[in-house]
Amino acid sequence: MRGIVALLLLALLGGGARADEVTRGRYLATVGDCIACHTAPGGAPFAGGRPIATPFGTLRSANITPDRASGIGGWSDAAFDRALRAGIAPGGKYLYPACPFPYFTRARGEDIAAIHAYLRSLAPVGNPVQTDALPFPFDIRALMRGWDAAFFRPGVWHDDPAQDAAWNRGGYLVEGLGHCGACHTAKNAFGADETRRALQGGLLQGWWAPGLTPAPRTGLAGWSIDGLVAYLRTGSGGGQLASGPMAEVVERSTSHLSDTDLRAMAVYLLARPARTEVAVRPAPTPLAGEAIYLDRCAACHGRAGEGTAGLFPALRGSAVVQAPRPQTLIRVVLEGGRAAATDAAPTGAAMPGFASLLDNDEIAAVLAYIRNSWGNASAPPRPAQVERMRGSPG
Amino acid sequence: MRPEALRRRDLLASSAMALVLAACAGPASLPPPAAEAAPFFTAEEAATIAAAVDRLIPPDAATPGGREAGCADFIDRQLAGPYGRSADLYMRPPFAEGIPQQGPQSPLTPARRYRQALAALATYCRNAYAGQEFAQLPPAEQDRILRGLEAGSLHLPGANGHAFFELLLANTMEGFFADPIYGGNRDMAGWRMVGFPGTRYDYRDYVALHNQPYPLPPVGLAGRPAWHQPA
Amino acid sequence: MTRRLAPTDAVIIGFGWTGMIMAEALTAAGLRVVAIERGPMRDTAQSFPPATAPDELRYAIRGDMLLPTAEETITFRNHLDQHALPVRKWGSFLPGSGVGGSGVHWNGHTWRLRPEDFALRSATIARYGRHFIPPDMTIQDWPVSYAELEPFYDGFEYLCGTSGQAGNLRGAIQPGGNPFEGPRARGYPTPPLTMPYGPTLFAEAAAGMGYHPFPLPTGNLSQPYTNPHGVVLGQCSYCGFCERFGCGNYAKASPQTTLLPVLTRRPALSLRTGCEVLRIVTDSTGKRATGVVYVDDKGEEWEQPAELVLLCAFMLDNVRLLLLSGIGAPYEPRAGTGVVGRNYAYQTVSAVQLFFEDKIFNPFIGAGGLGMVVDDFNGDSFDHGPAGFIGGAWLTQLASNGRPILARPTPPGTPRWGAAWKAATAHYYNRSLGLVASGSSSSHRGAFLDLDPGYTDRHGRPLMRMTFDFHPNDLRMSEYVTDRLAGIGRAMGPSRMAVFKRHAPYDIRPYQTTHVVGGAAMGAHPETSVVNRYLQSWDVSNLFVLGGSAFPQNSSYNPTGTIGALALWAASAITGHYLRAPGPLA
Repeated sequence: MRGIVALLLLALLGGGARADEVTRGRYLATVGDCIACHTAPGGAPFAGGRPIATPFGTLRSANITPDRASGIGGWSDAAFDRALRAGIAPGGKYLYPACPFPYFTRARGEDIAAIHAYLRSLAPVGNPVQTDALPFPFDIRALMRGWDAAFFRPGVWHDDPAQDAAWNRGGYLVEGLGHCGACHTAKNAFGADETRRALQGGLLQGWWAPGLTPAPRTGLAGWSIDGLVAYLRTGSGGGQLASGPMAEVVERSTSHLSDTDLRAMAVYLLARPARTEVAVRPAPTPLAGEAIYLDRCAACHGRAGEGTAGLFPALRGSAVVQAPRPQTLIRVVLEGGRAAATDAAPTGAAMPGFASLLDNDEIAAVLAYIRNSWGNASAPPRPAQVERMRGSPG
Repeated sequence: MRPEALRRRDLLASSAMALVLAACAGPASLPPPAAEAAPFFTAEEAATIAAAVDRLIPPDAATPGGREAGCADFIDRQLAGPYGRSADLYMRPPFAEGIPQQGPQSPLTPARRYRQALAALATYCRNAYAGQEFAQLPPAEQDRILRGLEAGSLHLPGANGHAFFELLLANTMEGFFADPIYGGNRDMAGWRMVGFPGTRYDYRDYVALHNQPYPLPPVGLAGRPAWHQPA
Repeated sequence: MTRRLAPTDAVIIGFGWTGMIMAEALTAAGLRVVAIERGPMRDTAQSFPPATAPDELRYAIRGDMLLPTAEETITFRNHLDQHALPVRKWGSFLPGSGVGGSGVHWNGHTWRLRPEDFALRSATIARYGRHFIPPDMTIQDWPVSYAELEPFYDGFEYLCGTSGQAGNLRGAIQPGGNPFEGPRARGYPTPPLTMPYGPTLFAEAAAGMGYHPFPLPTGNLSQPYTNPHGVVLGQCSYCGFCERFGCGNYAKASPQTTLLPVLTRRPALSLRTGCEVLRIVTDSTGKRATGVVYVDDKGEEWEQPAELVLLCAFMLDNVRLLLLSGIGAPYEPRAGTGVVGRNYAYQTVSAVQLFFEDKIFNPFIGAGGLGMVVDDFNGDSFDHGPAGFIGGAWLTQLASNGRPILARPTPPGTPRWGAAWKAATAHYYNRSLGLVASGSSSSHRGAFLDLDPGYTDRHGRPLMRMTFDFHPNDLRMSEYVTDRLAGIGRAMGPSRMAVFKRHAPYDIRPYQTTHVVGGAAMGAHPETSVVNRYLQSWDVSNLFVLGGSAFPQNSSYNPTGTIGALALWAASAITGHYLRAPGPLA
């Protein structure tokens, strides 16, 4: 439907871009999930203004509709390409890496051009956004020049001739426009990827994004290609359900991608070297935790943490449950969460928040239990960690 | 008893509001808060109710009675809340008597019925027992009065003693068997007496075990002692 | 002042089972739909998760899921010559409120009527003669046959994931199912639930007497299930908080667990909660609905114009809105004229309570539809001639719950309080079983709905007035089947047994069943029905009236399966025929 509108607009405007390039650009913009950050809650798509919390302050995303005054209507193809792949906008303005140009740099020039063609085909929306909203000294964008020098490695993706087409396509998407590592790779003190720990899991905005290497406890070791494809296409696969920020990624981006591309991403991720996990012995499970689990959790998640496909995530063997840091778990217990809803898997089941139903000791105890039962092993959370998460996620 | 949080008062009639469910499920809707701060009963009323619930459910060697189980506190909180005001009920006049099968037609809310009947009972007891209160009477006399109210043979001045008894009996049983968060069923005494496991939500492991005792202790909405045992 | 909103294609009044089925079908057909719901939004995780749902006082006693009588109630009397008084506290039946309607707090029983139920009048005359029908009875044939509805029963069962055992697959009788049911095209989507001890004992005793016990077909699912819309339901955990409660783990088929997730993804649908429809608006001819007027929760009035009006509220509200809107001729019982409010019917329920010394049942292990059933004394399975009544019942031991405020039976003669009560309660709570006979209810001239001349609701509109008592035929039927039920009970070997027969007068206080039906009956003739076989108003062809109000009398079975099937049937007629050529379909 949106495609049809875009095509009509294109015809009306008499733009120079070819229709198929716009269609391709729209797909690639979906891979990049541009709409997620560049749309304010309740706002016009791509018109920017969504607040994005970073460790350095809250940014607001730019208006990327072709409005000349407040959007990017005045940008040339070259300027657009430079912004996305070099992180430098017209006027020499350095972008913050909240816009994942360190990933987009790996995209091919014709793909970036197609995205630009698609964005130009949209209706311009006048929506001035103050994008420089970080507190001093991070408001000095020139500081980004040093950041770039230290952390930014520009350069397009190169296929590995030793690997097959699927692996290479998957790598191109995962490491490039898909920017999976933006969440799933740990960040250093400057907010840059710790490249040695690429895709081994990261903490962002109070959510732990689990590892995407085939590691047994904290990664994808138990996953099949089919399971991963189902997860990305529907939000439900491998006994898990996308929720939190990943629900949005599935709903807006991966559920709209082709099977071939999803399969390629799965092939690539499962073929990467597994994170070397420190051997963790299960901690003793508190009796209180077992009692609470039995009384409050088992009716949905199952006596053995097995869950129900498409409805309740399995806790047994879950990388989220065994995350090195328990923030996401604590947060979900406190606030609840809703699974992704897609056309293929519309259920979108939810868990209630337990903030007023369980106290800090009880939450710590039940999480210690689920993190160390049924073969799971990870450090028990402390009640003080739960207290810190109350009212101040992140 | 209808938590306001459930209402979507922000829904403008003119807005083309599609069905949007929050991405974060949000907190579970809680039971109505217990009206702990505002006791309904006077001290004298409370003493009468405490004595009465202990006759309706007398203590024995195996289980506590209504008093120790908190039935009087339960009733006190219920009367101080929306139930006591008949907040959800159709209370428009005229109030005609009707026939029994047409259901209760009294204009009295539960709170007013208790207040009226307890005053009348106090008067009755002072007159019949040389100035003594109901709570001071021997159990056999208390039982005699309760049986008289139940049968409709004992008339209270200016109150419907039978209707009061029926309400008191119903509320006492509610207090003995409702979740402990409402102030009664203290230590899940009522549930333990019958073997009801409370708010457990999963009996899949037990449904096919015929004629066998269920092994787990009861749990309330606020948990059970095992939730706080040390590791 | 009533403000006028932008027109829409269709407006749906009430967002429960039938409203959501219609919303799904109409938005799929490309229509813009506005749904107006009087009560609040209800969402599983927020409104009734496992952590707060199992609260007997809040839900079963205080009725937190129910329509507050302060918002709307009825007045009631047994007979025409009595003065009706308002039902100030629900008792005999429990209407729901909010998104999902009564489909949130139902038990889950998902029955089909038998083929002979659809031809009750003509089949009775054919087998027993015209004289067999008492003259004041207004029972009539349904204007639709079992065979016509079968695909839609199937559709509703597969929407819900109903758990059960087929008894008749395309004419072949199946072991373990109901041999008396009509032929079904395929089996139930999920197998029966696991039976606890009580239903197992009942089935053994019944089989020993030559009857044909089978598992009750139910929407409490025996295993996870994905319905044709891709919506996933969970496995029932036998928690025993089913009827009067929302299901916390997505294991009970409800509008929420089967359709709502799909409807949230339909941009053509707009839902307005907390908004109560005051009347259906018709044009100057009275033959065409132009929309509805409703009041929002701030007390402001709005007119929502629409091309098509779907009346999908609880059956009492359906009939009341027709009367308040002046659509159709109100029923006049003395003259026997008019149709709106005619053919109100209920069900005739009786029970037997058994007490044992040597067996324990764990009654808290339960589900709304967890039970074994005997259907040998129902429909046309037995000769009604010597028995001298029309109708029948299904008999069951239902392991629905052991919630102790209400479920703590003691043997007859036990005091209601004191030490003896306490000892008996402690002993028998876990040693007692209840058997139930759910019997049919005939429509008759003395049972009807009209507007009360005195009592009004919060908006100043007249309340619905219900006039009802059990017909002597139904009491004879109930007597007969209760004796059969007691026979099975005795065979189960209790130490004590109490039989609770149904007697007149009908009493509005004790709970019996929420299966109130009729008042806007479907039929073949406008003189004896309000809607045609497609649930389309005879008088206003762009108005359809869905739900239990369409039943011309009540069978013994829980009505939701038939209500769902009729909604799918009507939706199919609307999208398949009406939208192409709006006008009378019959």
